[in-house]
Amino acid sequence: MLIRYTSQIGRYFLMLQEIFKKPTKWSVMRTLIFKEIDDLIIDSLGIVCFISFFVGGVVSIQTALNLTNPLIPKYLIGFATRQSVILEFAPTFISIIMAGKMGSFITSSIGTMRVTEQIDALEVMGVNSLNYLVFPKLVALLLYPFVIGISMFLGILGGWIAAVYGGFASPSEFMTGIQTEFIPFHVTYAFIKTFVFAIILATIPSFHGYYMKGGALEVGKASTVSFVWTSVVIILVNYILTQLLLAK
Amino acid sequence: MIEVKDIKKSFGDQMVLKGISTTLDAGKTNLIIGQSGSGKTVFLKSLLGIHQVDSGTISFDGRIYSDMSDDERRELRTEIGMVFQGSALFDSMTVEENIGFPLKMFTNKTKKEIKERVDFVIDRVHLVNAHTKKPSEISGGMQKRVAIARAIVNNPRYLFCDEPNSGLDPKTAIVIDNLIQEITKEYNITTVINTHDMNSVMEIGDKIVFLKNGLKAWEGDKTQIFKTDNEAVTDFVYSSELFKKVREAVLKEGL
Repeated sequence: MLIRYTSQIGRYFLMLQEIFKKPTKWSVMRTLIFKEIDDLIIDSLGIVCFISFFVGGVVSIQTALNLTNPLIPKYLIGFATRQSVILEFAPTFISIIMAGKMGSFITSSIGTMRVTEQIDALEVMGVNSLNYLVFPKLVALLLYPFVIGISMFLGILGGWIAAVYGGFASPSEFMTGIQTEFIPFHVTYAFIKTFVFAIILATIPSFHGYYMKGGALEVGKASTVSFVWTSVVIILVNYILTQLLLAK
Repeated sequence: MIEVKDIKKSFGDQMVLKGISTTLDAGKTNLIIGQSGSGKTVFLKSLLGIHQVDSGTISFDGRIYSDMSDDERRELRTEIGMVFQGSALFDSMTVEENIGFPLKMFTNKTKKEIKERVDFVIDRVHLVNAHTKKPSEISGGMQKRVAIARAIVNNPRYLFCDEPNSGLDPKTAIVIDNLIQEITKEYNITTVINTHDMNSVMEIGDKIVFLKNGLKAWEGDKTQIFKTDNEAVTDFVYSSELFKKVREAVLKEGL
């Protein structure tokens, strides 16, 4: 089993190398990149906005309900919401959701191309199929940090609305909380994580789709396996990056 | 012309191609026939470079595939057209875009020139009212025509077809066969067709290579196949009563 995993990891890195060889003609690549931006980024905005807004609200309410001691200031609701959303919720939680949404889309679309011999057709024509299929996804996901930026904003907004209109804190208390002990590096840390997660989100599902074998049933299985591995790698990388960037 | 010399290919312990040599001529429809599991698909994929052979050589008009650099191989592949069993059309593209794809990728033609060439090829394969449709919106026979159009749009020197008639009704199958043969002769292409459709063998078999258990068991043309005494070929080709009767009639009355 260890040999199998090691060989898969090796194959993954060889795939990464292959993505940048024999680039596709720019006029074709440009169209592919715009299409991927539409499929992966624009199409994800709705669900990201919805989840971010309401989870931000829930974080805020949960924090408020746990602050039972009257000596603890109300502005901590805003503080806790900001920290939760910026440090973990937006970059990590949303990326796990995207591993399901974008990841399964990527795996199933590439996997279907494999099953229906479309990838063979590209190769026979002399096209570097990995560059053609995966490179545009990588470029499109460079915009992923913008999605996470929107998620951060809406998460905090959802928290503010839940706290203020739920009667847990006044607008000024929440605003004070948001501004209390703000460390700009936390935002940088979140975006560094997001950038790394974007690369993971583009490449691991592509790997599982590209190298899948079998028929339609296996496409479904590959999507599930891809979601599991993308999530596992995101969680592990999250831990490593947090240790490297935040621990003193 | 494609020359194949003693190619062998194994997957693990299983040897699928056990040393096949043959010559596939230009301007002819070369048919590879044999039972399921005889190694036809592996043979075709080896010619295409999708499978790397263990030993032996494949040369395309004197250019030996194994001696080529990666760039030379990619260059060679631009001279190859391939019709896949399931057509392998790109789902996200329209018929026009599918056919124009090789031109867009490998030539510096303008949009107008591409459009003209695509229209010409669409006309050549007798496709009507399909330009802007997606592959999922057209029939299996039309998909095959689109696949043929895409394969020939960039004037290939070599055309490979994997079971071009599978899933088609007999009438459409004959139309597709005749289309492939016409194109082969018109453009002097080296065409290699992988099939076990006996109608194709009898209609367009300019050269027939019969594979059995990873070996070439017989080769000849559509007239010789009626007369051969090779037991493996007669067992395979005349497995149906209809073809047995056809053979008897042909041998009795001559072709």
